[in-house]
Amino acid sequence: MRLLPTRSQRGPLQRTARRLSTHRRSRFAGVAVMLAGLLVTGGAYALLSPAGASSEVTDDATSVAEGRALFLVGCSSCHGKNAEGIVTQRGTQYGPSLVGVGAASVDFQVGTGRMPMAAPGAQAPRKDRVYDEQETAALAAYVASLGPGPAVPDERYTDVSDATNEDIVRGGEFFRTNCTACHNFVGAGGALPGGKYAPALNDIEEKHLYQAMLTGPQQMPVFSDDVLTPDEKRQIIAYIKSIDEQPGYGGYGMGSLGPVSDGMFAWILGIGGLVGFAVWIAAHSTRSKKKVEA
Amino acid sequence: MSTTGGTPAASTNGTTPASTGKPSRLAGPANWADERLGIGKSTKKQLRKVFPDHWSFMLGEIALWSFVVLLITGVFLSLWFKPSMAEVTYLGSYDQLRGLHMSEAYASTLDISFDVRGGLLMRQMHHWAAHLFIGAMFIHMMRVFLTGAFRKPRELNWIIGGMLLLLGILEGFAGYSLPDDLLSGTGLRIADGLVKATPVLGTYMSFFLFGGEFPGDVIISRLYIAHVLLIPGLILALIAAHMMLLVYHKHTQWPGAGRTNENVVGFPMMPVYAAKAGGFFFIVFGFTAILGATLQINGVWGYGPYNPAEVTAGSQPDWYMGFAEGLMRIFPGWESVIFGYTVSWNVMIPGQIIPLTMFAIFLAYPFIEQWITGDKREHHLLQRPRNAPSRTAFLAAMVTLYGLLWAAGGNDILAVVFQLNLNWITYFMRVAVFVLPILVFILTRRWCISLQRHDSEVLLHGYETGIIMRAPEGAYSERHLPIDPERAYTLTARERDEVYELESGTNEHGVAAPNARMQRFRARLSAYWYGYNVQKPTREELLEAHEHAAHELEAHDDQHSADGHQFDGRHDVEGEELTHRH
Ligand code: HEC
Ligand code: HEC
Ligand code: HEM
Repeated sequence: MRLLPTRSQRGPLQRTARRLSTHRRSRFAGVAVMLAGLLVTGGAYALLSPAGASSEVTDDATSVAEGRALFLVGCSSCHGKNAEGIVTQRGTQYGPSLVGVGAASVDFQVGTGRMPMAAPGAQAPRKDRVYDEQETAALAAYVASLGPGPAVPDERYTDVSDATNEDIVRGGEFFRTNCTACHNFVGAGGALPGGKYAPALNDIEEKHLYQAMLTGPQQMPVFSDDVLTPDEKRQIIAYIKSIDEQPGYGGYGMGSLGPVSDGMFAWILGIGGLVGFAVWIAAHSTRSKKKVEA
Repeated sequence: MSTTGGTPAASTNGTTPASTGKPSRLAGPANWADERLGIGKSTKKQLRKVFPDHWSFMLGEIALWSFVVLLITGVFLSLWFKPSMAEVTYLGSYDQLRGLHMSEAYASTLDISFDVRGGLLMRQMHHWAAHLFIGAMFIHMMRVFLTGAFRKPRELNWIIGGMLLLLGILEGFAGYSLPDDLLSGTGLRIADGLVKATPVLGTYMSFFLFGGEFPGDVIISRLYIAHVLLIPGLILALIAAHMMLLVYHKHTQWPGAGRTNENVVGFPMMPVYAAKAGGFFFIVFGFTAILGATLQINGVWGYGPYNPAEVTAGSQPDWYMGFAEGLMRIFPGWESVIFGYTVSWNVMIPGQIIPLTMFAIFLAYPFIEQWITGDKREHHLLQRPRNAPSRTAFLAAMVTLYGLLWAAGGNDILAVVFQLNLNWITYFMRVAVFVLPILVFILTRRWCISLQRHDSEVLLHGYETGIIMRAPEGAYSERHLPIDPERAYTLTARERDEVYELESGTNEHGVAAPNARMQRFRARLSAYWYGYNVQKPTREELLEAHEHAAHELEAHDDQHSADGHQFDGRHDVEGEELTHRH
């Protein structure tokens, strides 16, 4: 079912159709057709809903009011009644101020299920989202109304269905220069000091990829539009998506974690297997030997 | 189960194959060649060389055969690989990199992977075989170590093996660096740092190695020559020497009836052993092919070309370098500045001093043990690991240390996979590398000694039959029967350990011997090494125990069906007890 939320974001039908055709013969064909029906409605809705057109969000007073109501219930316990942030007695942030973080940050944090944070920890983990599209948009509208900040990105920059090969190659260069240090060479994720980590990047929605770069959650640096232009961000997204879709050349990748997992397999499977054969060969001849003598 | 029947000698698998004088089956062509080359005569003796049969003697063969696989696949790769750092534009069929500038080495590796038929399979087989080669050398070495096969007269072969291991690791590192991808470049960067950490000479050495400032443009072609010519040549020569010594010394064997320190019992080289060994080659080859075909290894296309400005999470060396990586990662960041020059203890100690020391100890081990134990006899019979508790425990401790360091080298991977805190892993490892090996040493030693004790028990009092006997007064006990002679022979076929005795610390004039302190240290070490071992029972103890057992059997035979009846008043009860001791 993880197809559903991803698709509903995409909207453009031609992409959906292409995706579907690759799945047509699978045993999920029936489900896929049903999904397609849902998608048409969902896509149309996404295009019309406030989140799709970010510039209008701040103006939409009802949306802001609705967002504020949701915020008071779900978020104010940590972020304060007016999203001004709560400082603990030890001087650390209970929840940071959200003034000026922008709609993009809220859309990312809530859309990836990070917020509302379930329990204090080193890092808010990704989980199933709690608020649906419309509620998220309302929350985003409310926070955006508190102060200017990055808006939810335009569809133009998150749709990579018509990216050229050149885009992908350039995206790869940007990716290796800016992202692999934390996220691993194929985006399999990596550890950071203090129990923090950079999560894996496969199966992340285009929009969230963009917003992560734009808002720099937690340890991640902000890649503002001066550092990586929107078009370059799109190229990075295109690259990530292309390695996501590429077949596993050379066989099972063992988690793409690099030489450590190779070593584990070499010992357990490789040496283990060959020693097994050695035992078999030796035991085999001893047994036949005994038979001869008996 | 026959306990009495069959003389021990009859059931050895020894004499028959070893002494067969069957005429050679090599007919016509062989004769033709023989008459001209005289091979037959000179090799006849070699062909009848005897190899004992045990799975643990085939571990070295895994290494040998994977080396052959490496040669075959390596030659294939060298037909397409271009060891050059000249910049080219990639135009091959891997989309994500097409049009990018990269070194010729990396481009040709991509070509081998995507545009040469069977190339990716060969690359992956080559890499898997490299893992197997080095892994097999490790376990082969452990076998030799645990069974004491390195003892006199085989110390030299131990050293040759050690050199082979070192060369294999270097060869693997050189190969890993060849494709010039991001990971191999990062690995070279670390090697560069290691070299540079040498006081005074470091920078000069680095410039010499890389032909200028890192990365330069010659390192790949230099490593290539080392990788395909120099090191394989050395390895081949050492393997030859290893084999020649093996033949000269003859193979060691497990003790057993008919197997002594003076003979070797097993199969003749031709045809049995050769057939088995040859068959094993195909198994190793096939196994490597399956690994290469199904498991992706070193997917260099994902790493991208080497660029000193880039680095990636998950950068790791291949596992055999993992312990060095781990040492570097957990070592505190000590540096000192002397006369304006920085001395990087944080790289020098974990990167140079500790690995070299570990390697030196490893090479010198046979001599170290000889010195401690004072044992200068020749040994051709193997020891069971339990019968050398301190040595076995030492290896267990070393394996633990190695494993911990490897894990420390992959601390980021552990943190991600098991959702642990990276810093905690480091702190834990800093303590664990000292504590756990010691703990493992103590536990393994106790374990071995308990096993020895059990062996003694079985020898003296027989094995547990599982038959529960009830005595007239109601006590229950389990019946023990003597083990069969062959097994008893095997259990007792070991030498007693002799603790090194301190010669009197003074000479005849009452002057302290010059090295008295050393000798005392040695005696103490020796006592610790052997002191707690359980020695095999003496002849008297055995005879007595057997008499006792025979007696019991007898009592058992005269119509009394149960143990305990020896106390029925019709026997002499002097020294009697229930068979089962509590
Ligand atoms: C349990 C406390 C808690 C709750 C409830 C909570 N947050 Fe947060 N939030 C935090 C903490 C702590 C951080 C900063 C650490 C982090 O991002 O992981 C944060 C960060 C954020 C950020 C990122 C700020 C930035 O600098 O970009 C946003 C946006 C956000 N929260 C929105 C929300 C919204 C919207 C809700 C309600 C749906 C919510 N949070 C509920 C604790 C909470
Ligand atoms: C300094 C390390 C660092 C760098 C460099 C970095 N990231 Fe991140 N990234 C993080 C961390 C840490 C998180 C997790 C943040 C959180 O959970 O609040 C993250 C989260 C993300 C997420 C959200 C994933 C999810 O599970 O929802 C995306 C997408 C992402 N990064 C993309 C990128 C891209 C693209 C780049 C390169 C332009 C990049 N990152 C560079 C550290 C980094
Ligand atoms: C002692 C045995 C050897 C070991 C341990 C070893 C190890 C390696 C390793 C780990 C690699 C990296 C492979 C990769 O790309 O993933 C490699 C590459 C290579 N090896 Fe070897 N090798 C050995 C012997 C040989 C021999 C004998 C030859 C040729 C005669 C050879 C030729 C090559 C070539 C040409 C490459 C580069 C090709 C490539 O990376 O795709 N190797 N080796």
